[in-house]
Amino acid sequence: MIDKDDLTNTNSITIALLKIVGQFAENKDLGRDVRVQKIEPNLAKGKKIILDFTGIEGATQSFVHSMISQVIRDNGSDVLESIFFKGCSEPVRAIINIVVDYMQQTD
Amino acid sequence: MADMKIHVPNSAFIGNIDPFIAGLDVTDPSKLEITTNDRWIAVHPVVLCMLAALGKKANIVTIDNVTASSGHYMTRMGLYDYLGISSPDHIEEHDAAGRFIPLTTITSSLELSNFLNDVVPILHLPPEQSRSIRYILSELVRNVLEHSFSDGGAIVAAQYYKKTNTIRIGIVDSGIGIAASMVSTYHPKDDLQAIKFSLVPGITGTTTREGGTDYNAGAGLFFIKSIASINEDLFLIYSGSSMYKLLKNTKKRLYADPEKDKHSEKTDLPYWQGTVVGIDINLNSTEAFTSLLSLIQDTYSEAVKERRKERYRRARFI
Repeated sequence: MIDKDDLTNTNSITIALLKIVGQFAENKDLGRDVRVQKIEPNLAKGKKIILDFTGIEGATQSFVHSMISQVIRDNGSDVLESIFFKGCSEPVRAIINIVVDYMQQTD
Repeated sequence: MADMKIHVPNSAFIGNIDPFIAGLDVTDPSKLEITTNDRWIAVHPVVLCMLAALGKKANIVTIDNVTASSGHYMTRMGLYDYLGISSPDHIEEHDAAGRFIPLTTITSSLELSNFLNDVVPILHLPPEQSRSIRYILSELVRNVLEHSFSDGGAIVAAQYYKKTNTIRIGIVDSGIGIAASMVSTYHPKDDLQAIKFSLVPGITGTTTREGGTDYNAGAGLFFIKSIASINEDLFLIYSGSSMYKLLKNTKKRLYADPEKDKHSEKTDLPYWQGTVVGIDINLNSTEAFTSLLSLIQDTYSEAVKERRKERYRRARFI
């Protein structure tokens, strides 16, 4: 288990989502861009990912799915030891939990 | 070939829309002839979206002399612009804030994002209620953009009704329809089965793989049905020749299988090329969005487990 206190600048990357997706995270194209351009390359380098939702009021399941589902599918649920969700409002947290939950029940 | 004939009745909302739909004559999409109730017109935004979609496709559009005192509503909502004919009304345009979103066409992801930014201030929604409205609009319009292959994108309209404190939303496209979007994956036997498939969590037209693709999970319509169900709201989907209508659910229970929800269904309706979605959101009964999501998670999880169980096969030794 990774302790979030171990997330230094050198071994982790923080992705500030607000400036990418705005206050309502619903654009799946942007979600996929975040995954392809930021999450996957940095995971490949062995970095921890901090997805910073600070300032985001809401998110759709489709957005969260496009951003993280394939990462979980490709790497298995262990990848969730390397991804941290920061600054999530209650609704955003609930949406992330739904996606993380169903992706761990898939083949 | 006969003209396409549509009669706008004095009242057509989700609860009583069935005669309007059954009476559609969509024989020749190139000619549209609209008649209206001569005394009063009060219709759900989804009806206007349907008229707009048909009007956009038709080469020739006629509308009778609108005598209903509420007929200017069609002008206010921008219907005549879609029909390509001049409005008989001369009304002063005024700020739409707090009342309605006129007929709007959305053809791209960027247009949708901009539209969603405008919706909340226009409808003057408090935060808790704005979450579910934006959520619904986003998921429904993205469905159109991704799955319908509609040249004209999605036509959207919404109206706030003060008396019932309800927002009524219509989203309509003239695309391939739900059955065609699923034909290569779930092979629905008819339009009604396709609609029902589309409401089951985890079923998408893009793959049969559990969890969907990297881009589609097949959960959007299930979420929306769930929001409507828990809030005791009405919700309809009409595609091809079938309609599924979610009726008020007083049990506050979610089902993954739309068959188990209190609903009505119709087949053999006039064929709608594309998909029509209407939903009412009563703002008095909007369940806290977060607690609703918790219920959705449990129901979704159960549905996935159930499907895995159904697919599980033991080794056979002979």
